[in-house]
Amino acid sequence: MLTSFDPLKGKRLQMLDEAGGLVKGKFQPCLEGEALVAAYRHMVRARVADEKSLLFQRQKRIHTLPVNRGQEAAAVGSALALGKDDWLVQSYRELGGLLVRGASIRNHLLYFKGSEWGSVHADAPRILPLSVPIGSQITHAAGIGHAIRYQGGQEVVLAHFGDGATSQGDFHEGLNWAAVFKCPVVFFCNNNQYAISLARGKQTASATLAQKAIAYGMPGLQIDGNDLLAVHAATSAAVEHARAEGPVLIEAFTYRMGPHTTADDPSIYRSKEEEDAWMPKDPLIRVQLLLEKQGLWDSTREEACRTEAAADTDQAMREVDELHETPVDEIFAWQYADRPAELRRQQADYEAFLKWKEAR
Amino acid sequence: MPAMNLVQAIQSALDFKLSDDPRVLVFGEDAGHEGGVFRVTQGLQATYGERRVFDTPLSESVIMGAGLGMAVAGLRPVLEIQFCGFIYPAMNQLVTHVARMRNRSRGVFTAPMTIRLPYGGGIQALELHSESMEAMLAHIPGLKVVIPSTPYDAKGLLISAIECEDPVLFMEPKKVYRAFRQEVPAEPYRIPLGKASRVVEGQRLTLVAYGAMMRVARQAVELAAKEGLSVELIDLRSIYPLDTETVLDSVRKTGRLAILHEGPMSFGVAAELIARVNEEALLWLEAAPRRICGFDTIMPLPMGEHHYMPTPERVLYELLQLHNFPE
Repeated sequence: MLTSFDPLKGKRLQMLDEAGGLVKGKFQPCLEGEALVAAYRHMVRARVADEKSLLFQRQKRIHTLPVNRGQEAAAVGSALALGKDDWLVQSYRELGGLLVRGASIRNHLLYFKGSEWGSVHADAPRILPLSVPIGSQITHAAGIGHAIRYQGGQEVVLAHFGDGATSQGDFHEGLNWAAVFKCPVVFFCNNNQYAISLARGKQTASATLAQKAIAYGMPGLQIDGNDLLAVHAATSAAVEHARAEGPVLIEAFTYRMGPHTTADDPSIYRSKEEEDAWMPKDPLIRVQLLLEKQGLWDSTREEACRTEAAADTDQAMREVDELHETPVDEIFAWQYADRPAELRRQQADYEAFLKWKEAR
Repeated sequence: MPAMNLVQAIQSALDFKLSDDPRVLVFGEDAGHEGGVFRVTQGLQATYGERRVFDTPLSESVIMGAGLGMAVAGLRPVLEIQFCGFIYPAMNQLVTHVARMRNRSRGVFTAPMTIRLPYGGGIQALELHSESMEAMLAHIPGLKVVIPSTPYDAKGLLISAIECEDPVLFMEPKKVYRAFRQEVPAEPYRIPLGKASRVVEGQRLTLVAYGAMMRVARQAVELAAKEGLSVELIDLRSIYPLDTETVLDSVRKTGRLAILHEGPMSFGVAAELIARVNEEALLWLEAAPRRICGFDTIMPLPMGEHHYMPTPERVLYELLQLHNFPE
């Protein structure tokens, strides 16, 4: 599959069209039946949690956060291709993938309320904290992959980043390293057409982002990132290739249907017409239509799934509402394994101030 | 006991950790087959193979970033950035990820990695091959910064650095690499990070230095002795954590403090140390402390370098000013 979609020839893998029809082609989808239903449920949960997060931010219960809408197929489909012990190196717009890997909506909300504990996933230890400087996490994925090779492990690393990240030096350095050392890494580029306000066409003169793989000596392919089946099939093939031979670059062609973050206003840099044109390509719609055609889904189940996701998100928010400030000791406790005298001194001085303030 | 120069002592520490701990990998630009441009890792690849000791692409950011990935996945990378002046492409990784990983993941992911960093001037080198940027690195919360001045200290400190659970910048004074030999035990030993060493006992003045400047400082102490001045000399060995107590003990005895480093003066190690002495021992001071440092300029090319690098005579001059204060 990886070599059947030459990015220089403008090929793009699609398995499920906008009407929920299976696209006839050489490759068969590997998600079906109850597994497909489960995948769709993850997408709905991510969509609902994302919508509610925006609301919670407007209510000032959490702070500025990125918006996921439109990228659920890319996040969920790719994460579902991983095995139990594989690594997820995230960017920050892969909520669906985090949920698939066992992270909680509570942690998502907790991080954006402002606690480091939001990055600690008790049931999902191999998710790196999100990465704020764009593209820098790509090099970490290469290093984790390097360690896996050195240790003779069978795990792989799935590294997410966006179209903007491909302009960063770390994209070049990370892919180059991974290819030189044949690291088991799937580089997954979520090309959502915008880096905040900058349109994809102004980001690079390359016709596709996938074709950049050729220069590094690794397979690269472009897929319909709004197509759950294509994302899952391509990532599964890439995982297999990464484990056996070395890295792969996937460009998932998708669309950020919402703002960059809750602080962004897309109307400044893109038209309503453009946004409307992407509406029918919503990644949830086509999976829902397919499942309905197959008799695996109906409006009652849709309603129940959304209600449950909403209730879970509300419950998670209520739990996070109860958490207030980070204890002073925690600010200092985790900076070093041992606490240097400098930090002990600074903490003691600050605690003396707090004591004075309280007695005042 | 074998006599080793700094290069051999560092190599001896790397050799021990490679043999002792399969999680240790040694890598960097030209660090594998060639043994590094200073030959510090020479022969290690032949002994431990290309999986343990290897050349990397010419890519400082991913050397640092992949090192972090390896550390997160359970290894103990010892990576080399070829010159202090070449660390800047890796600064984003160092500041935004390496130094922060433990705290932002609440200890789930840590970065037990050692970054070897040849530094310093006085070697008539090319542009950007003579920098001494320890203050910039020590300013980053989450890092430890260590600078040995002798072969003996280098071996003990490097073993401690590789065994440290947090990222350590291990800055190697290039000018000292082959400057002299010293008896260094063949067997492993450890010197704790964050502990200074009082290397000369004295009564009238306290002089603090580290790294390559220790040789300058020793010569200055001898010159001062001829002028009848008894100078106590302290080798910091670690910049962060900084052993304030050893300096305070000395200042409480002498009341007069001078600090010597080749890095730029402003916002430097000397400034930080003086601030700490002011906080803890202001009333013991009998004179305004003096900073003997590089200038807030670019490192001059070789024809101007001798003006920038502190010399024993310049240190003597400053010590006499300190002694004669307030005249």
